[in-house]
Amino acid sequence: MNMAQPLIQVHDLAQSFADRTIFSHVNFSIPQGAMVSLVGANGSGKTTLTRILLGILKPTSGTVQTDGGGHLTVGYVPQFRNLDRDYPLSVRSFVQLNQIARPWPWHTAAEKRALTHILTETRLTGLAKTPLGMTSGGEKQRAYLAQALVNDPRLLILDEPTASLDVAVKHELIGLVRELNQKQGLTVLFVTHDLPMAREYTDRYLLLQGGQMTTGPASALRDDLIAD
Amino acid sequence: MFQLEFMCNAWVASTFIALTCGVIGVFVIARNLSFLAHTLSEIGFAGASFGVFTGLAPLDGMLLFTMISAVAVGEMSTEQSRREAAIAAISSLFMGLGILFLSLANKSASYATNILFGSIIGISVGEVWQLVGLSLFMLAVMFFAYRYLAFDSFDGIGARVQHLPKHLLSVLFLLLLAISVSISAQIVGSLLVFVLLTLPASSARYLVHTVPRMLLVSVGLALVGVWGGLALGYYTNWPVTFFIATIEVVVYLATLLYARVTQGD
Ligand SMILES: Nc1ncnc2c1ncn2[C@@H]1O[C@H](COP(=O)(O)OP(=O)(O)OP(=O)(O)O)[C@@H](O)[C@H]1O
Ligand SMILES: [Mg+2]
Repeated sequence: MNMAQPLIQVHDLAQSFADRTIFSHVNFSIPQGAMVSLVGANGSGKTTLTRILLGILKPTSGTVQTDGGGHLTVGYVPQFRNLDRDYPLSVRSFVQLNQIARPWPWHTAAEKRALTHILTETRLTGLAKTPLGMTSGGEKQRAYLAQALVNDPRLLILDEPTASLDVAVKHELIGLVRELNQKQGLTVLFVTHDLPMAREYTDRYLLLQGGQMTTGPASALRDDLIAD
Repeated sequence: MFQLEFMCNAWVASTFIALTCGVIGVFVIARNLSFLAHTLSEIGFAGASFGVFTGLAPLDGMLLFTMISAVAVGEMSTEQSRREAAIAAISSLFMGLGILFLSLANKSASYATNILFGSIIGISVGEVWQLVGLSLFMLAVMFFAYRYLAFDSFDGIGARVQHLPKHLLSVLFLLLLAISVSISAQIVGSLLVFVLLTLPASSARYLVHTVPRMLLVSVGLALVGVWGGLALGYYTNWPVTFFIATIEVVVYLATLLYARVTQGD
């Protein structure tokens, strides 16, 4: 791993559905260890772009280059995940689902340590045995975050994780992510509508608007930048 | 009651059926496939009748029909509502075919009753061995795909992001389900396979909250049902299937009540 090399470099990316172009000529890079926000109005293509970065959507044209050229482990907290109140797995078991280095049921000591560690980091230890369906919205987001992090990804993508959270809880969640970013050098892409949050917690912004992308330092994100 | 050879056969067979159904049921519930499980058992009925008509063993006819259908369903559109409508149509067709094959084979109505509602007298030693072999095969495959199946079943979105081969897992799972449905119909009958596939697992999810524990509880409840059913059937001469269904339903209702009381909703 070469630290001077960006973790992800995107060249001339374009995405259309049928004959509707969502965005084109998108160029940007995400430096290793940076926390970058991706902002833009509803429907501007933020989720679509994250799906391309994850490799679950093939772009219409353009390339995504990763550091080392190979497959990148990415942790992802999706925008929607409809778990009902009956969802039976405990927080711990839900997080554990993403430990898939081996197929059989029992987990190695190292895997158990990693699980305990991530539950501590995300302050879920006290909730580990609670069924996920019964936890609050903020606790669910922390469980999703823990699951995304448990296999030690090089990039974390959060798609509007704070949309349904109150002010205190949303600062707690993103503050936690920022801490991991600064302490452990975790690279983060934070998709959000919330410009003050992006200003406060990220280094740079990526703005999707009118099918084009612009970038700059997060401190330059002005509220009138997004024409809704 | 174990002096009778057919009771021994039935006991071994139902033990492995409970193991199989208890395990796969947990994933059936997590994947929201109860309805499909029910349809597969009706398709199994048609398969068994087809076997009788053509001279195949009923179990082989069931395996043939259910496995082909499993692959077909796996290739169908994954949109839930559209899929359910298509599955409902297919299942009516197969019930009709089942009746047709039986009538062509000149079999009496009691034969149909055996396939639909199960019979513990009919099962031979050879069939028991085939059943045990299929059950062990199914459990072995589950073992070597366990974490992938668990992830995909309990968090499909997460599994897609981690690039698990969802389509392959889905077809594999449906094939395992087809095998489970076919072997279980031997004792409990096509119409009530559904009971063993869904009720123990549904109860388990209210009682425990990790996948391995859900598997244990689900298998345990399935065993209670089949063992209890066999014993009660033996001493009362009432149909075993009646007792199995009753035990599983009572347990299920009790866990619902328990969940309501302990969780206050
Ligand atoms: N698979 C698809 N087929 C057709 N159109 C699609 C598809 N996926 C997304 N779109 C369209 O692409 C546009 C961008 O969608 P996307 O979900 O990326 O927006 P977003 O920026 O994430 O919006 P929001 O802030 O509401 O989450 C939308 O107009 C959407 O309808
Ligand atoms: Mg979105």
